[in-house]
Formats: sequence, structure tokens, C-alpha cells
Amino acid sequence: MRAATRTIAGGLAALLAVGLSAGCSRVHAVDAATAKDAHGPISIWYSNNAQEVQWGKQLVAQWNQAHPQEKVTGQEIPANKSSEEVIGASIVAGSEPCLIYNTSPASVPTFQAQGGLVALDDFPGAAQYIQTRSGDQAAQYKSPDGKYYQLPWKTNPVMIFYNKKIFAKAGISTTNPPLSTYSQFLDTAKKIVASKAAKYAIYPAPSSEFYQSWYDFYSMYAAESGGSQLITADKAVFADQAGQSVAQFWASLYRQNLAGKEAYNGDSFADGVAAMSIVGPWAIASYKGKVDWGVVPVPTSSGSKVGDDHTFSDAKNVAMYASCKNRATAWDFLKYSTSEQADGTLLSVTGQMPLRQDVLGTYAAFFTKNPGFKTFAAEANRTTEVPNVPNSVEIWQSFRNSWSRSVIFGRSPVTTSLTDSAAAIDKLIRKK
Amino acid sequence: MTTAQISPDDSRRGGHTSPLDGSPAPSRDARRNHRSWPERVLGRHPVGILFGLPYAVFIAIIFAYPLVLSVYMSFHRYIFTAPGVGVPRPWVGLDNYRTALSDPLVRQAFLNILIFLVINVPLTVVLSLVLATALNSAIPLRSFFRGAYYVPYVTASVAVVGVWLFLFNTDGLVNRLLGSLAPNPSWLINVHWAMPSIALFVTWKQLGFFILLYLAALQAVPKELYESASVDGASKWRQFRSVTVPGVRHATTLVTLLAIVTGANLFTEPYLLTGGGGPDGKSASPVLVLYQQGIEQNHPDVAAAIGVLLVIGVLVIAGIQQLLERD
Repeated sequence: MRAATRTIAGGLAALLAVGLSAGCSRVHAVDAATAKDAHGPISIWYSNNAQEVQWGKQLVAQWNQAHPQEKVTGQEIPANKSSEEVIGASIVAGSEPCLIYNTSPASVPTFQAQGGLVALDDFPGAAQYIQTRSGDQAAQYKSPDGKYYQLPWKTNPVMIFYNKKIFAKAGISTTNPPLSTYSQFLDTAKKIVASKAAKYAIYPAPSSEFYQSWYDFYSMYAAESGGSQLITADKAVFADQAGQSVAQFWASLYRQNLAGKEAYNGDSFADGVAAMSIVGPWAIASYKGKVDWGVVPVPTSSGSKVGDDHTFSDAKNVAMYASCKNRATAWDFLKYSTSEQADGTLLSVTGQMPLRQDVLGTYAAFFTKNPGFKTFAAEANRTTEVPNVPNSVEIWQSFRNSWSRSVIFGRSPVTTSLTDSAAAIDKLIRKK
Repeated sequence: MTTAQISPDDSRRGGHTSPLDGSPAPSRDARRNHRSWPERVLGRHPVGILFGLPYAVFIAIIFAYPLVLSVYMSFHRYIFTAPGVGVPRPWVGLDNYRTALSDPLVRQAFLNILIFLVINVPLTVVLSLVLATALNSAIPLRSFFRGAYYVPYVTASVAVVGVWLFLFNTDGLVNRLLGSLAPNPSWLINVHWAMPSIALFVTWKQLGFFILLYLAALQAVPKELYESASVDGASKWRQFRSVTVPGVRHATTLVTLLAIVTGANLFTEPYLLTGGGGPDGKSASPVLVLYQQGIEQNHPDVAAAIGVLLVIGVLVIAGIQQLLERD
């Protein structure tokens, strides 16, 4: 009896402690009406790659000098398996900063459902600002409720990088390699592997993360379909002729061991294990001094041409988060950091394309000085984004699982796999 | 002279005579009735509770509260939200369990973990006991081997996985040694070999820790038993079976339980070694799927259901193991 009493007392004390700690750590929601017009210090997160850190620090320093009353504190996004996990956790904890310059469009529906985002349309002239800056492409970033919960910021049009040394070793042209059509690409891939110039022609990550299909499948589907998204009018459309062609193309590469199926510990392109890689303009800085590279658009069945094809955008956007108390300052800083001048700095420091109209014309001097970026810039106005629909991550995971099964590991027929996957995704679109 | 009569019942309950006057000492119940209520609740040494409280709070916050919350989540529609965002969290009964179990990937993951445990647990117990016994005897370079077995355990998984990828990929050392006997496709992308490969990897990586547990247990086995067995003419194998194995029985229970629990929580290895549970989900673990559902897809309710099922599964396996051991 006494032991039981004591156990109960101990339990109650522990529960009290849990309650007290929970009570102490409870975060109160920000009053949106007050925050909307509030000015004051804010914090921001930016990506942790060296170039973006440099850009972020530079921009914050400039702002702080001009706005001492509205100080901005910038820091790299905390490290984790992915930025999305960090952001998701900080939303729940109420500890996210005002602005995050690394918001993946695929995660926006989830963050929105969590109540973690501020609709930018709340600020006067915001929608117009976004549409004027990004042109027609802005529409891809609107949420189903018609509002912008993200500002389309920068794009990394995905293209094919090739290693000139490996191509030369395999006896393939290094200035005009035959990579435009699927059959040309396959022939080139066979030549590379047969000549043992490289172990694999190409080595996209064969892992199961939901986002991997944006690079192997989606970039080519965008090109083959003329810029169609995975889902159109609330229906999965990728099992069409374009999707089937892309999937069959990749299945051929895997079946003939021209693409690697195993997890690779490192960078297969930098290590010379693969002759080609699917990358955005960020790769120019990354492979500088490591690989003598060339770049071509992703192939299509009838042949691709620079500046004439669509590809996956691989965009990262800026979103304003619900814990922000000084949202007026955050909005001012958001405009400041996406002005023509700031975008020019972004381009010159990071090599990534601001998601604004006529990048080539606006920053002509930069492209004259850095012709390597021109090819990417030519694609920048025809990029296709992941669809902004609820359950976006779940939809992509479902697609990835099906892709792995049929295309990478050949354990089910490609044709039926795509149609089955489309049917499963249709159900996920309707899922509340 | 009269002596106090002590009833057998009092005696059993600890009743005794006073050493001074021989009168019966007050019974425990009588003593309890004379205590103040704080003493009754907190005991005679309340400071002990203070010492124990931090750990009780730790257990309550880190283990008990999340477990209770996850059971709650598994029976409700639940998403993680920002502070102050009110979303309805209706009771949905077994819906989340139905959703979880109707997902072929979840079913596959539970089957995978069963395969993993069937390979990993017996292998862990046998190898760690045999190696600990060897390391406990006077062999050359004993300290070196003790340290060597422990190195993989304390090395970061990411680094060790790199070594295994090098060993077990298509052109890896293992396949080169095996030549035409190597499986095609190779180990980590082979639907039959992916999970056994992970089970072997985990066995090897954790062996050092379990050897350490057995080494500690072996110190407690009386040397005299070995001497007696030796005098009786028992061979080394017989001594191992009849003295060592029973002598470290409690350690075996602990090793088995820990191997089951850590095995059921498998995450890092399929995430890194087989590209997130490949090929085609054949090495996916319930925790990996739970992470995808709960963290990546913001379906913590379904993830909680998977977690609860996993806890139940582990408890059942551990219970069966305990029963078998008792028999």
C-alpha cells in the first residue's frame, strides 16, 4: 500500500514536471493583424553553400547599414538531412525566422497546411510585384487558394553536364556531342561504357528520396511534353506518351548498365565514375577546376535545342513564416533582396538564375563575361515547377517508389507501372 | 513472570519484543498509523525522492510522454501545426492502423525487419559470446583485439557504410574474391540479399558492444567451476556449454533484448547502404517508413500507428523470448 502511494506520488511529481516544462516552453502564436504592420528587427535563414552564404552576408550588411532600426540577423539554415525537415520542425516549435531563402516549392503545401506560412498577398501590391518580377512563370507558384505563400526567387534549370576528357577518350565529339535525341544519347552512352572511358554514362542518385525523380524523370518529362507539370487540373498526366517515352529511355539505360543502380558514396561525376550528370548552374562553381565540362539540354525523343526546350526548374523560393512579429520589415527586406540589383548580385556571386523575366537581357554584361552560364540562362524562362497541390511530397514519394520498382530495378513493366502510379496519385490528390 | 505473547501472524509481519522491557513492540501498521501524512506519502527519507526525481522526470518527458502522445495520435487525425493553429483532431478509431497496414510498403517493411531479426539476433548472441569467451582467455594481443572489435561500434555509421559500399558493390572486393559465385545483381541491389547484407553489417558493427557485455558477465563466472569441470575431465567445448553458457545467462537475456530493440529501430543502414530501403523496398524498415510518413509527408498519425505496431511487435517478440528462457 505504502509502496503504491509512493509510486503514485512519484508519478504525480513527474507529471507535474512535464506539465511545468510544457507550460514554460509553450510558444504563443503571433497576432497576425498586429504583425502585418509591425517594423523592427527580423531574422532570416539562407542556404549553407559557400556562395549563398557570401551573398546573404553581403546583403544583410548592406541593409543593416541603411536600416539600423530594423536590423536583420542572417544565418545559415541549421544542418539536417534536408532543409525541409528543419523548417517543418521549426514551424511546429514556433522558432522559424521571418524569411527563409531556401524554401522548396514542393514543401509549400505542407507548410501551408501546418499554418506556418504568411500569404504574401496580405501586403499591398505583393501579387503584382511577384508577377511583374517573374512574369508568366509566377503562376506555377500560386497555391490552390489563389494566393502566393512563396516568392519565386531563383531557378536552377536542369541540364546535362558532360566530362570532355571522358568523351574524348571514348572518341566522342567534345564540342557537339550527339546527345540530343534518346537514340543518340543511348548510342553515346554505350560508346562511353564500351570504351571503358567511364564505368557509367550517367549516374543519377538511384535512392528512394521523394525528390530524386525531379532530376531523372521530371526534367526530361518537362522537355518531352513541352512544359507539362506532373499534375494538370487535379489529374496525374504523366502516364501519357511523353511520360512513357521518358520512362522507357531510362529503363533502357538501367537495363544495359549504362546508368548506376547502387548508392554511390561521393560525387560520381567529379570522381570520373560517370561521364554525365544532371545539374543546374550551381554546378559551374562546384566543378570548377575539377572537371573540364560541357553542357547540353536534356534529350527528347525528337531532339533538343538550347533555348527551345523546357526543363525542371529546381527553384528555391522565399517564404515568410508565421512566427514573424515584424512582418512589414520582412516584406520590405524581401523586396530589397529580390530587387534587380540584389538579383544581379545573386547571379554574379552564386551563378544561380534569379526567377525574373529576361535574365539574359537584364544582366547582359554578366553573361558576356561568363559565357558558361548563358546556356542555363537561355533555359531559365522555360522551367517547369513541381505542382503546387496538397500532399505534394506524398505524391512524389509514391511516384519515386513506382519509378524505382519498374525503371531502375526492372521488377514491373514500365507501361503499367506508370499508369498504376498515375491512378494512385489521382487518389492522393483527392485525399483530404 | 509473564512473557508477552506474540502471535505467529505478528511474527511473520516482523512483530518483535522490545529489547528494553520485553513488551511487544508496536506493529508496522501501528507505527504507520502514528506517522504524519507527509511521512506516510513521502516515506521516512523524502530526500531519496529528490535524488530519484530527475531521472523520473527524464523518463516521463523523454519516454512516457511521447509514448502516450503517439498512442493518442494513432487514434486521431493529427498533423503537426504551428503554435496557435487550431485544426480539428477527431477520433478516427483504427483508421490510421488500417491505412498503415494497407500500404504494401509498410507490410514489406515489417517483413523485412523480421528477416533482419531472424539473422541478426542469433548471430549477434552466438558471435559475441564466442568472441568474448576467446577474448577472456589468455590469447596473444588480447587488448588489441578487444579494442579492434569495439572500433566499428564507436565509428560513425556514415563512415563505416562507405567501407561496406566499397566492399559489397558490384565491383567491390567481396565480388572480386567470389568471382562467378558473386550474386547478380550485386548484394545491396539484390532483392534476396539486400536485407541479409544489412543484417550482417549491423551484426558486425555492434558486435564490440555486445562482446563488452559478455566480457563483464564472464568475470562473474567463478573460476572454480572451470577447475572442477577440468578435474572431472570436461573438454573445452563441454566447459563452454556447461559452465560458460549457463553462467552468462542473464547477459544473454540482456544481449538478446538489446539486439531485438536496436534491430527493430533500424534506420541508418537502409537509409545509407541501400539508398533508402532499396531495391524496391526490400530493405526498408518500419522506422524508415515511419520517418517518411511522419516527418517528410506530415502524416504523424499514420506514422504513430506504425510506431505503436512496432512497439507491440517488439514486446511480443521479447515476451516470447523471456518465456522460452524461463522454460
